[in-house]
Amino acid sequence: MTSAAIGTRWIDSRNVLGLLFMLPAAVLLLAFLTYPLGLGVWLGFTDAKIGRGGEFIGIENYQFLWGDSVTRLALFNTLFYTVVASIVKFVLGLWLALLLNKHLPFKAFIRAIVLLPFIVPTALSAIAFWWIYDAQFSVISWVLTQLGLIDRYVDFLGDPWNARFSTIAANIWRGVPFIAICLLAGLQTISPSYYEAASLDGATPWQQFRHVTLPLLTPIIAVVMTFSVLFTFTDFQLIYVLTRGGPLNATHLMATLSFQRAIPGGALGEGAALAVAMVPFLLAAILFSYFGLQRRRWQQGGSDA
Amino acid sequence: MPDPRTAGAADAAAAARIAESAAPAAPHRAEDSQGMRYLESWPRRVVTLYVPLAAFLFVLLFPFYWMGITTFKPNEELLSREGNPFWVQNPTLAHLRKLLFDTSYPEWLWNTMLVAVVATFLSIACSVLAAYAIERLRFQGSRYVGMSIFLAYLVPPSILFIPLAAVIQKLGLFDTRLALILTYPTFLIPFCTWLLMGYFRSIPFELEECALMDGASRWQILTRIVLPLAVPGLISAGIFAFTLSWNEFIYALTFVSSSEVKTVPVGVITELVEGDVYHWGSLMAGALMGSLPVAILYSFFVEYYVSGLTGAVKE
Repeated sequence: MTSAAIGTRWIDSRNVLGLLFMLPAAVLLLAFLTYPLGLGVWLGFTDAKIGRGGEFIGIENYQFLWGDSVTRLALFNTLFYTVVASIVKFVLGLWLALLLNKHLPFKAFIRAIVLLPFIVPTALSAIAFWWIYDAQFSVISWVLTQLGLIDRYVDFLGDPWNARFSTIAANIWRGVPFIAICLLAGLQTISPSYYEAASLDGATPWQQFRHVTLPLLTPIIAVVMTFSVLFTFTDFQLIYVLTRGGPLNATHLMATLSFQRAIPGGALGEGAALAVAMVPFLLAAILFSYFGLQRRRWQQGGSDA
Repeated sequence: MPDPRTAGAADAAAAARIAESAAPAAPHRAEDSQGMRYLESWPRRVVTLYVPLAAFLFVLLFPFYWMGITTFKPNEELLSREGNPFWVQNPTLAHLRKLLFDTSYPEWLWNTMLVAVVATFLSIACSVLAAYAIERLRFQGSRYVGMSIFLAYLVPPSILFIPLAAVIQKLGLFDTRLALILTYPTFLIPFCTWLLMGYFRSIPFELEECALMDGASRWQILTRIVLPLAVPGLISAGIFAFTLSWNEFIYALTFVSSSEVKTVPVGVITELVEGDVYHWGSLMAGALMGSLPVAILYSFFVEYYVSGLTGAVKE
C-alpha cells in the first residue's frame, strides 16, 4: 500500500467519522432550526391560517404591514426600546463592572448575587415587576407618596409613555448583570501594570479609563453589546407578561405583535411576515455593533479574528 | 478578547498617548490600580465605591425581596396602603397552600424539571459529538460548520416560533412535552457546541496522538481522554443549558395548551391570572418557587456558570 493511499483512507475515515459525529446535532438543527427558518420566509409570502395551509400571495402581507399603523407603531416601539435600553444597560453595566473590579470584601459573593436577575426566569421576575408597577398598590408610588414627591399613585403600565419606560426599566434590570459580568471578565484580563505605568506617568483616573481601559475592552464590548442588542430587539417575555402590548399598543414590540397576530389571531402568514421583517434590522444591528467596534481592534495593531 | 499578546501594541499606543496628554503636575491617584490601593482615602472610597455598589445591589435584589415578602403577606396587608409595606405583620402560608394544593403548580414544576433535564442531556450529548468532530476530527468543511453553529446561536426564538409551531403541528407533537424537548435543543446545541469547542481546543493534541499510537479508537479517545479532561466545560454547558431551558417561555407558550403539560413560567402567567382579580400572593409564591430551583442550582455552580457565560462571549 502506498503512503498516498493510506493518506486518502485516513482522510476518508476522518470525514466519515466527522459526518457520523455531526449527525445527531445536524438532524435536530436542520429539522427544527434551518427548515423552520426557511418555512418562516415562505409562510410570510402566503395567507396561511392556523389549521389550513396558505396560498402564495407574493408580497401582499408586507404591503399590508407597511400600511398598518399598529405595525409601524410596533416598529417604532421596538427601535425605541432597543436603543434606550441598550445604551442605559451598557453605561450601567460598565459602571457596575468597574465597581466589581476593585478590591472588595466578599467579592465572589457579591459577583454571584449580582447575576441573579439574569438567572431567574424572565417571565417570573416580570411578575414581580408587574406587582411593583401595580396602579393601586405600587411600592414605588407608596415610597414617593411618603416622601411627599407625588400626591397621586403613578399609573406605571396604564399610560403609553409610562408603560414604555417601565418596561424598559425592567429590561435594564435584567440585562445589566449580563453585561457587567461579561465586561468584568474582560477587565480582569487587563494587567494592573498598565495602570501602574499610566499613573506613574501622571494619568488621572479618567485618562486611565479613557486611554487604557476602554481601548483594551473594546473587542469584548463589541461582542457583548451585539448579544445584548439582539436579545433586546427580539424581546418577548417581559412585554407579554407586563402589558401584552398595551395600553393602546404603546408597548407592542415586533415579537409580541407577531405572536398576537399569528397565534391568538390565527394569521400565521402575517405573523411570519412580521417576524421575517425583524431580520434586516437584526442583521443591521449585528453588523453595526460588531464591525463598528471591531474595526478599532486592527486599527490598533491587534489581529483580526 | 483582550489577549495580552495581541493587545501589546495597543497598550504601547495607549501608554504613549497618556504620556503626551498628562500634565506633569497632575497628582498621583490610582483608583483602578490594586497595587496602589493604599493611596486611596477612606471617605473617597465610600463615595465612589460602596455607595454606588450598594445602590446597584439594592435595585438588583429588591424584586426578589418583594417576591418573598409578598408570598407571605395576607391579602388584607397586600391590598392596603396603610402600614409599612416592607415588612409582614401577620405572615401566612395561605398563598403557598393555595398554589400547591388548588392549582396544577406541582405538575408544572415536574414538567419544567423533566423537559429541562432531558433537553439538557440530549443537547450535551449532541454537542459533545459535534464539538469534537469540528474541533478535533477536522473533517473537510469543519470550519464552515463551526461558523454556522455560531450563526445558529444568533437566531432568536421569537422569529422561529411561528414556523416551528407549524412543524410541530405537522409532526403531531402539538401539546406534548416532547415538542419542548425537541425544540429546546435548537438554542441549546449551538450554545453548548460553541462552548465545548473552546474547551476541547485547550486539550493538548499530544495526548490524543499518544492514544492513537497505542491503538485507541476515536471513540475511546473521546470517552477516556477528552471527556474526563473537559469535565469543567461539561458542567458549565450543562448548568447553562438547564437554566436556559428552565427559563424558556415563548416555545412553551406556543406549543403547549393543556394545563397538565405546561411549564412553570407559562402556567403561572396563563392560569394564575384570572380575569381582573389578581391573586398577587399566589402569583408571587409561584414566581418565587419557580425561581428557587435555578437559583439554588446556580449557587452551587456559580464559577462554572460565569466561566460558561464569559467563555462563550469571549471566544
